[in-house]
Amino acid sequence: METTRLIMVAVGGQGNLLASKVLGEAALISGVQVRMSEIHGMAQRGGVVESAIVFGEATSSIISDGEADILLGFEPSETLRALNRCSKDTKVITNTATLPPFTVSIGKGVYPDVENIKELLKDKCASLVAIDAMALAKEAGSPMSVNIVLLGALIESGSLGFTKENVIEAIKRRTKKAFLEKNLNAFELGFVAAQNYS
Amino acid sequence: MHKLLNDSPGEKIMLLGNEAIARGAIEAGVAFATTYPGTPSSEISLNLFQMSQESDLYFEYSTNEKVALEVAAAAANSGLRTFCMMKHVGLNVAADPLMTLAYVGVTGGMVILSADDPAMFSSQNEQDNRYYAKFGNLPMLEPSSVPEAKEMMRYAFDLSEELHQPVLLRTTTRINHSNAFVTFGDMKPRQTKGEFIREPSRCVTVPAVSRQLHVKLLEKMEKAKDICESSDFNPIKGSGKFGIIANGVSFHYALDAVKDLGVEEDTKILQLGFSNPMPEKLIKNFLKDCKKVLVIEEGEAFMEETVKAFAQEEGLMIPINGKSETLFSRLSEYDPAMVRENIASYFGIEYTPREKLSSDNVPPIPMRPPNLCSGCSHRATFYEVKQAAGDMDIICPTDIGCYTLGFLPPLNTGDFVICMGSSVSTSCGFGKATDQKVVSFIGDSTFFHSGITGLVNAVFNDHNFTLVILENGTTAMTGHQPHPGVDMERFGLDGFGRVNIEKLVRALGVEHVSVIKPFKVKKSIETIREALEYKGVSVILSQEPCALYAKSLNLLKPRAFKVSDRCVDHKDCVNTIACPSFYIEDGRVKIDADTCVGCAVCAQICPENAITPVKK
Repeated sequence: METTRLIMVAVGGQGNLLASKVLGEAALISGVQVRMSEIHGMAQRGGVVESAIVFGEATSSIISDGEADILLGFEPSETLRALNRCSKDTKVITNTATLPPFTVSIGKGVYPDVENIKELLKDKCASLVAIDAMALAKEAGSPMSVNIVLLGALIESGSLGFTKENVIEAIKRRTKKAFLEKNLNAFELGFVAAQNYS
Repeated sequence: MHKLLNDSPGEKIMLLGNEAIARGAIEAGVAFATTYPGTPSSEISLNLFQMSQESDLYFEYSTNEKVALEVAAAAANSGLRTFCMMKHVGLNVAADPLMTLAYVGVTGGMVILSADDPAMFSSQNEQDNRYYAKFGNLPMLEPSSVPEAKEMMRYAFDLSEELHQPVLLRTTTRINHSNAFVTFGDMKPRQTKGEFIREPSRCVTVPAVSRQLHVKLLEKMEKAKDICESSDFNPIKGSGKFGIIANGVSFHYALDAVKDLGVEEDTKILQLGFSNPMPEKLIKNFLKDCKKVLVIEEGEAFMEETVKAFAQEEGLMIPINGKSETLFSRLSEYDPAMVRENIASYFGIEYTPREKLSSDNVPPIPMRPPNLCSGCSHRATFYEVKQAAGDMDIICPTDIGCYTLGFLPPLNTGDFVICMGSSVSTSCGFGKATDQKVVSFIGDSTFFHSGITGLVNAVFNDHNFTLVILENGTTAMTGHQPHPGVDMERFGLDGFGRVNIEKLVRALGVEHVSVIKPFKVKKSIETIREALEYKGVSVILSQEPCALYAKSLNLLKPRAFKVSDRCVDHKDCVNTIACPSFYIEDGRVKIDADTCVGCAVCAQICPENAITPVKK
């Protein structure tokens, strides 16, 4: 498979490392090579967590600025912050539910307008899918499933070439049994929401 | 069973680099492992610790890296396969035993792992530890990928036994914290009991012995060079005239770059995986048919300098470059695009970098700096020290751990930090060199690591400062590893002793010792004030478990607080302690009940007593 470079950005606690593990497992099931790199130094202390995932024949495990084929953002201001990782050819998928940084929560910073974020991403990049993954996760039965909702939207884009079945199998293998039903719901809701996004 | 103990050769599994390294050690039959935890190495030891509970592997969290290396050195000189791992700056702490252990050597295979951190994702410097291999005369291996890290671990033990020398395995964060598919190999049996055979002419390093050992050490390195010349870890890819020599992750960036640039035919790439001693003949032969050579290595010009020296010896006048203002930097880490651009510019290959997106119209994005957790006892202690100090001009030397974050506003309780344990010893210096009051902070694990000797110095030399030991019962920053003050029985683990910090501090001769429970604000401030007034060395033990850890052990029963109608909007709570559970809605302070753990510090500082528990 040709090389596909995916950047995932999230705030500590949003579960993007588990999302990377599911994608890694899906790659194993699909017979696709994959290398991933994580930066999560201060994740538990409210920092940003970034995963770079390189699918296909390239052998590097990190992604340079401007070279992500897909950007999956778990939080809208973090998606915007990762714009330097994108080019005009990058497909962007983002959650629209915000998690304001502490400085904003205490009135010492201004959170950018989400509609403006969406417009900027849409104008500058190749395409945008923006969904309220938090609302969908709650609908699926657990706010913890935001990561799996977003995986559903990612797989719908077809950019990774993974079949839905393989990813569902990876979710079964890599997530906790107690959450499986909710996670499968979440995956489907994310997939459908991306399908219907216009 | 632990997934890395599966005796299932051929199984393909996605592993973190650090898991692959741990697996490599297990496949090699490692019997004895020691460490002091430090990012980016910590998951190696975490996995070995877990496996030691399910197998006859001996593993210990030692009090510091010097101790870890010495404990391991004895095991390796009793014939056991031994593994000692640490972060790069940890090797500075272990450098004393390292340099002479190299003279003495080992009888069982010994691998010392240094996890370097270019770009300083979680470190205080980005020193290049390859120089330790050269400095100490240690054979060195540098993996370029996760699967190769496992293979090198396996091989490193064999190499160590062949040379009777410890082998340095040097990684970088991008190896430790990358994931890739790894195929399990077979597992060698573990020999867990050895025998020490007395050999004073090798093991007792008095000058007369060491003079002989140094001669032998240089002979061993000559032998290492012979092995290195034909090592499979130093492969050459391609046969073009443009030569590239690369190590570690840079090798893969170079491999991808020549493909992306379509110049595979024109280039040849030498990967130096076995990089100390450098393979002289191999490199000289490599240089001979090159028109131009580019050396790609993060950090210092370690390979480049030697490659240039080899070229000089051969009388080769070809351009050889690497570090320069127009090529690679000695700073930070590299990435694929940077390597691609430099290869293109150096060899004159046509290449148009991808157009960067303009940042036009992008609004400022608020930063997301790391913060002490909700209910973190460090926050309470910092607040109380500031209150107790009042108008005093205080200097706050701090140390390495979560509490370093206290340097950020509004707490501003961190003025000087250079390395583990430095809070205590620098307090000695600041106390003598200035008339300012010195109040320093150190975590419990860091105190055991290297704070104790500084405190002994303070007592002996009659220094003047207050040391606050933040006793949260764990090594929090690196992922909650145990330390000598932890009650291991709580985890159902027997065979451990326990050191009481208060008794230890008193036994060291500190005359003013007090204990605070930081969530009792008023009482703590009074106690701290007394300690600050004491002339001489005073120690305050601030005892409260790490909130994150207590939560994970189900020891914490969160009881959220709320802001009631009595609030008259001083915002003292937000402005002085800045707990992340606060938020402002419609101009009013609120508390997020999902994250508030109920430490009640804010409730105690609110002048209106407006913060009260949420009724169940």
